[in-house]
Amino acid sequence: MKNKVDLTVSSGPHMTSGESIERIMYTVILALVPAMLASIYYFDTMAVGLIVACSLGAIGTEFISQKLRGVPVTIGDGSALLTGILLALTLPPTLPIWMAVLGSIVAIALGKHVFGGLGYNIFNPALVGRAFVGVAYTEAITNMVPPVGMPVILTEILPMDGIRESLGVVDIVSSATPLAEEGIGIMNMFVGRTGGSLGETSALALILGGLYLLYKGYIDWRIPVGYLGSVAVLTTLLGSQGPLFHLFAGGLMLGAFFMATDMVTSPVTKKGRWIFGIGCGIILVIIRLYGNYAEGVLFSILLMNMFVPIIDKYTLPRVFGEVRANG
Amino acid sequence: MELIAINFTKRGDIRVKTKTFKQGIHPKYNKDLTNSKPLEKANLPKEVTLYLDQHIGSPAKAIVEAGDKVKLGDKVGESTGFISANLHASISGEITAIEERRDSIVIKIKGSEGEQWQVDNPEKNLEDISAEEIREIIKEAGIVGLGGAAFPSHVKVSTDGKEVNQVILNGAECEPYLTVDHRTMLEQASEVIYGLKALMKSAGAKEGYIGVEVNKMDAINKLEEVSQKDSNINIIPLEVKYPQGGEKQLIKAILDKEVPSGGLPLDIGVVVNNVGTAVAVTEAINYGKPLIERGLTVTGAVNNPQNLIVRIGTPIRDLIEECGGFKGEPGKIILGGPMTGQAQSSLDVGVSKGTSGILVLSKDEIEDYKDPRPCIRCARCIDGCPAKLMPTALANLAKNDDVEGLEKYNVLDCIECGSCTYVCPANIDLLDWIRIGKAKVEAKRREN
Repeated sequence: MKNKVDLTVSSGPHMTSGESIERIMYTVILALVPAMLASIYYFDTMAVGLIVACSLGAIGTEFISQKLRGVPVTIGDGSALLTGILLALTLPPTLPIWMAVLGSIVAIALGKHVFGGLGYNIFNPALVGRAFVGVAYTEAITNMVPPVGMPVILTEILPMDGIRESLGVVDIVSSATPLAEEGIGIMNMFVGRTGGSLGETSALALILGGLYLLYKGYIDWRIPVGYLGSVAVLTTLLGSQGPLFHLFAGGLMLGAFFMATDMVTSPVTKKGRWIFGIGCGIILVIIRLYGNYAEGVLFSILLMNMFVPIIDKYTLPRVFGEVRANG
Repeated sequence: MELIAINFTKRGDIRVKTKTFKQGIHPKYNKDLTNSKPLEKANLPKEVTLYLDQHIGSPAKAIVEAGDKVKLGDKVGESTGFISANLHASISGEITAIEERRDSIVIKIKGSEGEQWQVDNPEKNLEDISAEEIREIIKEAGIVGLGGAAFPSHVKVSTDGKEVNQVILNGAECEPYLTVDHRTMLEQASEVIYGLKALMKSAGAKEGYIGVEVNKMDAINKLEEVSQKDSNINIIPLEVKYPQGGEKQLIKAILDKEVPSGGLPLDIGVVVNNVGTAVAVTEAINYGKPLIERGLTVTGAVNNPQNLIVRIGTPIRDLIEECGGFKGEPGKIILGGPMTGQAQSSLDVGVSKGTSGILVLSKDEIEDYKDPRPCIRCARCIDGCPAKLMPTALANLAKNDDVEGLEKYNVLDCIECGSCTYVCPANIDLLDWIRIGKAKVEAKRREN
């Protein structure tokens, strides 16, 4: 045996799980693939254009912001890409590309880097971008078109006739934004045969992705359960359209599984996540039922984002062995 | 009241109820390198290095001089207080040096003849020995906790008027790679049970428990078989989870009691010892054998990983050689397990009483340093922390030198298990920051 060996000396632990920010971000992106495919299925090249534009806009803004701030460029970690995709999924397919790109610039620059970049932002960056587009281009953002039916790019690679038959898809002729018009079949909303933003159409695809993230342990079930549960309960008690309509309408599934669960902008304590999820649900119902704004997901999450520091502070878990007066 | 999480694990065809604590993590265990290899006596070392401060408490005082001849088991270092421990010659030979190394003093002995401790005495009936006598035997034999902390064992059973109800033996062995406790329980089950009874008697406890993770079902079965007639001894199957063998976590799992923050198990009438310690107690009582050797696992990137019984003070170089030498190029040598062990800079280091394993990680296996990224608040550290602390918050408070905040967030309750650093996706060395935070709080308390 050699007499001299070159040994690394460092403090323990000497092994780690191998988990990384990259793996988390790309897993969430993978979970969004069904929703992206559904949006492409229903909106064809309009969806592709928005997803690509927002992704490139977000990554480009991340690169420029990090250069300007003089911090390491980390555009490969997937977080900007994820923000871009999430933003695209909140936009209506007819939105002009340049508006979408502007939205992605606002999302990353004002939603993220103004606060210090990844990990330091208070608000969900994609929703900041969406809020900007919504306020700046009110008309364009509320122009909902119905799904166009069979997209050309998919029919060439998939046996679409069979799929469409088995789903019972018929060409949709009526134009409708589900939250503005009643009488749309819940089933249509569930599989996505309704108008709306890219990611608002198919609850099924979003739930699939959400379940995958739950299975991987990348989101805490307390937030979607608290959010969806409180919406279901409150709309049963107070609404006229019933809980199923509210659960599958609009961007609730996208919000509950992919936006409210964003690690950076949601509480770190288990009790805090309940409060956060239920708080989102309450605000959403107030906006949908009593506000003149049709959709409440966006502001319910942004408003609850603001409460995260205080929620964390007041929901600290009881330390092992700690005796509390009210114990 | 919080319920103990109860899970079920397969044991043959029967399902076994397991107990555990809340939270914790599931690291890669890598125990199959050695868990089927019987304990074997290591070759006798030609030279040993004995550290006078190898236990927790005040260091022992050397009572020999260079040039003295010593026999196996002669006392060479004397305990210097209540929390201190004797040190004995682990080989016969001549004292070659008493030297100062960094902050510790070491006694070096050059071996003259190979010799084993005589172990042919009949087992003593515990009825014939008093609790006081057992404590004295443990103290004289220099026995300390063999699980890793090396806390003097006689102190744990000196109950100082406090009532002790339960003695728990820690056979969880939750550290990855290590299998020496597993083999000890399997091969020395009667010594483990006898040692438990002796510890129970010395502490005045009525009940005894041995907690074993269910990845060691053979050891559980063996211990149950040996302790069949003892109605006051219970073998408890534990869920395989890290840090199941943390003293406080073990008590929580087995008795559903929490050691108060800042307190000791004794405060709730419990004494915890490692299973290896119990065997050392048995041998001290029956054979008058001081703590001159211990079992440990030599594992990782060596050609022939083994469980060995080695003399205290054996250079780790000898043991790695005995296990076939390095497999590939060594990158890190760790005394203990990969979660809480200490990386070494030299192969001349001698095994001490608290060394439960020698783990070699090859150059390819050691993880390159990665620059820490910002915390993304994934809360994995919080969900994993067995002390239910907020590791990411503690790390930030330590960085910001916020001693008040560190105290408010109970930094001193950290048991330094390393789960937070293990799970962090942002490569933040949370435990290092928390250790710094603990030091800051302790420094402030000393000032006041």
